Amino acid sequence: MILEAKALTYAVGDKLLLDQVDFQIQAGERFAIVGPNGAGKTTLFKLICRLLKPRAGSVRLDQKPLAEYSRKALGRWIAYVPQAMARQDHFTVREFVLMGRYPHLSPFTSISRKDDAAVDRALELTRMQDFALRDLGTLSGGEQQKVLIAAALAQEPRLLLLDEPTAFLDPFQQEQIHQLLETIHSQTRMTLLEVTHDVNRAALGHDRILGLRDGRVVFLGTPEALMQAPVLENIYGKRFLLARHPDNGHMIVLPDAGKGKT
Amino acid sequence: MKTRTLWFLSLPLVWLLSLLVLPFIGAEMLRPHEVFGDPGSSSATLFWVLRLPRVLAGMLTGAVLALAGLAVQALFRNPLATPFTLGTASGASLGASLYIWTGWSVSVLGLSGQTLFSFLGAAAALLFIYGLAWLKDNMAAETLLLAGVAIGIFFSSLILLLQYLSDQAHSLRILRWLMGGLEVVGYRDLLQSLPLALVGLVIIMFHGFELNLLSTGEELSQARGLDVPRVKLLILSGVGLMVGSVVALAGPVAFIGLMVPHVARLLLGPDHRRLTWAVLFLGATFLPVCDVLARLILAPAELPVGIITALLGGPFFIWVLTRKKT
Repeated sequence: MILEAKALTYAVGDKLLLDQVDFQIQAGERFAIVGPNGAGKTTLFKLICRLLKPRAGSVRLDQKPLAEYSRKALGRWIAYVPQAMARQDHFTVREFVLMGRYPHLSPFTSISRKDDAAVDRALELTRMQDFALRDLGTLSGGEQQKVLIAAALAQEPRLLLLDEPTAFLDPFQQEQIHQLLETIHSQTRMTLLEVTHDVNRAALGHDRILGLRDGRVVFLGTPEALMQAPVLENIYGKRFLLARHPDNGHMIVLPDAGKGKT
Repeated sequence: MKTRTLWFLSLPLVWLLSLLVLPFIGAEMLRPHEVFGDPGSSSATLFWVLRLPRVLAGMLTGAVLALAGLAVQALFRNPLATPFTLGTASGASLGASLYIWTGWSVSVLGLSGQTLFSFLGAAAALLFIYGLAWLKDNMAAETLLLAGVAIGIFFSSLILLLQYLSDQAHSLRILRWLMGGLEVVGYRDLLQSLPLALVGLVIIMFHGFELNLLSTGEELSQARGLDVPRVKLLILSGVGLMVGSVVALAGPVAFIGLMVPHVARLLLGPDHRRLTWAVLFLGATFLPVCDVLARLILAPAELPVGIITALLGGPFFIWVLTRKKT
C-alpha cells in the first residue's frame, strides 16, 4: 500500500468539505477520483499534496504520516500535474522540466549529469525531445500538458497526481494525453491518481475509482461496478444513459439531459 | 542561445570597464598619470576620497536594487513589483525624514543617525508586513503585496506631514534625500551599508533555482518540493536587508529595481540562475553611469541621481518594450 487516507475530514468554518474519507491506494495502481463539482475532489487532492491541513483524520504515505515528510522528501514521492500551465516567463521546455529535479538537489550542488539524464528520460517518455529548446509560450495546449507531465516525471516520483489533466484540450489531444499516461504506467509501473470529470475516461483507464458526493465517499470499486446506472446516479445525483461501445464493447455513459435530479 | 551566452559573458566585462573608467570622469577629468603618479596630488585625493567611493557606492546600490527587484518580481509573479513595493523604501525614508526633522546629530556604533534611522524604518515596515501576512494566511503573496502598498502610502503620508511640520531648511533636506543621491565622502558610509547588503545579496544569489520555481506559481512549486513559506521568508528577509542598507546609503533611487531585471530578462531569458548574476553587473554599471551623467549635466552643480535614472530609465524601458513587441 502506497497511500492511505483514514477518516480524513476538512472544513472551512462550519462547512464540511470532506467528511470521514477512507481509502487506500496500492503501489502501481491506476486510481481515479470522480464526482460532481463541489464534491471535494480538489480538496482531497490538496490534502494528499499537503497543500492543506486536515481538520481531522490522516493521510499516510508508505505507512508514514504525511506530516512527517519534509517538503523536499514529499517532492521525491509525489508529483503533481495541474489542469493547465499558468502564465510562464518564456522558459524553454528543458528549463521548465529541469525544475522537476528540485527535490533531488542539495543546496550546495549544481545540476548533475544524473539530473540531466532524468530530464532526458522524461522528455523522451513524453516524446518532447524535439521541443527541448522551444519557448513554452509557443506550444499548443496539448504540448504544454505533456511538458507538465514531463516535469512531474523528472521528479522521479512514486505517485503521480493528475488534476483533470485534459480539462482544456480538444478530444484528440485528450486522447494523446490518455495514451501517454498509459505508456508511462506500462513502462514505469508508477502509481497514478487522477481526478477527472470524464466518467468514461475513469472507467477505461483506471483499476479502481473513488466516487465523492458532498464530501463523502459514496463509491469505491472497479470500473465494471462504476458503470451501473444506480451507482452513477448515487454519485452525481443525475441520471445517465448507458450503452456499449460499438468497437470494443465497453460500457460508456452520456448524461441524460432530459431527466431531473434524483 | 549563443546570443544569451555572449551577453552573459559581456556584462561582467562592461562592468569592469565602467569600474576602471568612471572614477576618472567628472566636472574635472582626471588622467591616470596624475592620480597614480603623485599620491599627494589633488587629483589623487579627488580620485581616492571622492570619486572611487562614490562609484563603488553606486555599484553597490545599483547591483543590490536590481537584484532585489528581480527577486520580488519572481516572488510576486508581478512584472511591476519593485524592491520598494514592500514598503521598505517608504519605511527607510520615513526613518531618515524623522531623523532630519528632529535635528539630532547622533552616531551609534559607528553608524550615522540617518543611516540607523532609515534602516530601522525599513525594518519596521518589513516586520509589520511579515507579521500581518504571517498571521493572516501564512505569507500569501497577495497579502504581502497589498500590505506593502498600503504601508508605503501610509509612510509617504507621514513623510509629507513631517515636511509640512518642518522649517524650510529641514523640509528641503528631507526632499533632497528623497530624490536619492550618492554624495558619499570616503569609504565609511559604504562600509556601513556593505555587511548587511552582502548578507541579503548572498541569500538571494543562493536561491536562483527557487526563484525559477516560484515564478511558475506557488502551488506547483510546493508540489515540486519547495517549502514556499520558508523560502519566501528567506528571500524577503534578503530583500529587506539589501534595500534597507542601500536606501540608508543613497536614498530611494527610483527605477533601477524595476527596469534592470526586465532588461536582463530580454537579454538572457527567464532563468534566474543566470539572471541573478546578470542584474548584479547590469545594476552595478547602470547606476554609476547615471551618477556620472548627474554630475556632468549641470556641472559644477549636481543633479540627484534618482532624477537621471527615472529620466533615462522611463523612455529606455518603453523603447525596449516596443522593440520586443515588434
